[in-house]
Amino acid sequence: MRETAKWIEGRLPVWREVARQVEAVEHGRAAAAADVLGIVRAYPEIARDLALARALAPNAPLTRRLERLYLALHRSLFERPRRLGHDLASLFLRDAPAAARSLAWHIVWVTALFFASATAGAWLVNQYPEVVGLFASEAMIEQVQAGRLWTDGLLNVLPSSVLAVNIFTNNITVAVFALVVGIFYGLGTAYIVGMNGMMLGAVFSYTAQHGLAIRLFEFVAAHGFVELSVIMIAGACGVSLGEALARPGHLTRSEAFRRATGRAIPLLVVCCAFLVGAGLIEGYVSPNPAYPLWARLAIGLAYLGLLIVVLSGALDRLVRRESRAAA
Amino acid sequence: MDILRIPTVTGVDIELSIAGTGGRSYAFVIDWHIRALLALGWVFAAVLLFRQPGGPLASGGASAYLLVGAPAALLYSLYHPVLEIAMRGRTPGKRIAGVRIVRRDGGIPSAVQLLVRNLFRLIDSLPFMYCVGLVATMLTRQSVRIGDIAAGTLLVYDEESDSALDDAVSRGVGRLGLERASLAGELVARWRDLRPAVRVALARRLLADVGNPPGDADEPELRTMLEDLAR
Repeated sequence: MRETAKWIEGRLPVWREVARQVEAVEHGRAAAAADVLGIVRAYPEIARDLALARALAPNAPLTRRLERLYLALHRSLFERPRRLGHDLASLFLRDAPAAARSLAWHIVWVTALFFASATAGAWLVNQYPEVVGLFASEAMIEQVQAGRLWTDGLLNVLPSSVLAVNIFTNNITVAVFALVVGIFYGLGTAYIVGMNGMMLGAVFSYTAQHGLAIRLFEFVAAHGFVELSVIMIAGACGVSLGEALARPGHLTRSEAFRRATGRAIPLLVVCCAFLVGAGLIEGYVSPNPAYPLWARLAIGLAYLGLLIVVLSGALDRLVRRESRAAA
Repeated sequence: MDILRIPTVTGVDIELSIAGTGGRSYAFVIDWHIRALLALGWVFAAVLLFRQPGGPLASGGASAYLLVGAPAALLYSLYHPVLEIAMRGRTPGKRIAGVRIVRRDGGIPSAVQLLVRNLFRLIDSLPFMYCVGLVATMLTRQSVRIGDIAAGTLLVYDEESDSALDDAVSRGVGRLGLERASLAGELVARWRDLRPAVRVALARRLLADVGNPPGDADEPELRTMLEDLAR
């Protein structure tokens, strides 16, 4: 007992100093070289002390304290430092394009599903106009029958700022839902994409029957290209989660699911950032009659071009080329 | 309690106790109260600030939404993701409950992992009151909800170090030795869980063993003597 007490008394100042060094390195503005070296040297020493303390008294408070010190040392030495700006740039320049490339076929299939559903919705309403009630509200139908679009005079009802916030919040919710319901073996995502496609086709078909389709296209031209693309990309992410669960390959289901989610999220985050822009366009440009069709198309296609530039990795290549030229 | 073992280069594994359904729920309930109070607090403050005649709320719906509803909804819904990223896997509730989110290798999760974990709250909260998440924590080996499975994270007990406690422990250990100080500490900590006859017998034996025989001391006095000893 006396030897143990002596050993602890001898080691206590060391443990306190190491704890101070970890604190200084982890929370200080700039780590002193001596503190960093101290941590490197202390790591095996604390491991030995901990092994000894565990053998002598596994549940003692001092052993628990040493466990925490050892964990703090381990994290300090082996954890990647946080670089928020760098990580954010990497998200837009590398992670999202890499995810988009690896999900290219999923995006193609989801797009095909969307357009097939849109065609089905349009055909259905064209053949049986009375079923439009399944896809549109009564107020919308009444307005279309009266020769008006429900988007007419939208700015008289809500200011652009509120409209934009409402729209991008709703769109981000739909995109996130399209991803997370992929957990139901992709069926939840297929349902959301299919229903959105049918709704779009049905509404366009119904407005066409009343001679309003061109005006509806005029309304969606500025924001719709990116909005729909993002919903399909989110759908592709959701389907990839479902596929990981249904066909995990040589991995366990949970591991395959985790990897699929890790791959999809950077793409979804970038897409959500684009949805904020699309929401602002839908709030400020789309309901404003001052913008002619050509201006709306120019905005919509330019914004879609930006999305393609980011997700294809072209922006990353451009940034690299610029930095090489600057060097 | 399940243990997460993290192998290290020294050969001495790091051991972290995995938080079960109880620990997780405790942290969640605290956090839920904090974020609900923050959101409600904002609503009350905004109404008090802006409700005067001619003020922004007098014009009606849109301003009320932008000044009152939207910030309150943001406070409520972004509480977890923002604080977990800023506090490196903790929130005030988790801090009080002594738990922390870690990766499966014990490291601090990345912002993307924390985001994933929070997005899947949409599934975990189905159909109401986090039923899916609760059942998942009861059925999974490491007590994780769907969001944790998706992000590759789990909750472990991770107490903050307390220098006052460290000093007390050190003094106790210096006087009694590691094993006996540990025994005294454990006996005090588990005092209420033990049967009275057992705890009294153990306390008497330990006190006598360290050369401090308790004499006719009754149960509360024995506990005080043990606490003094452990200090």
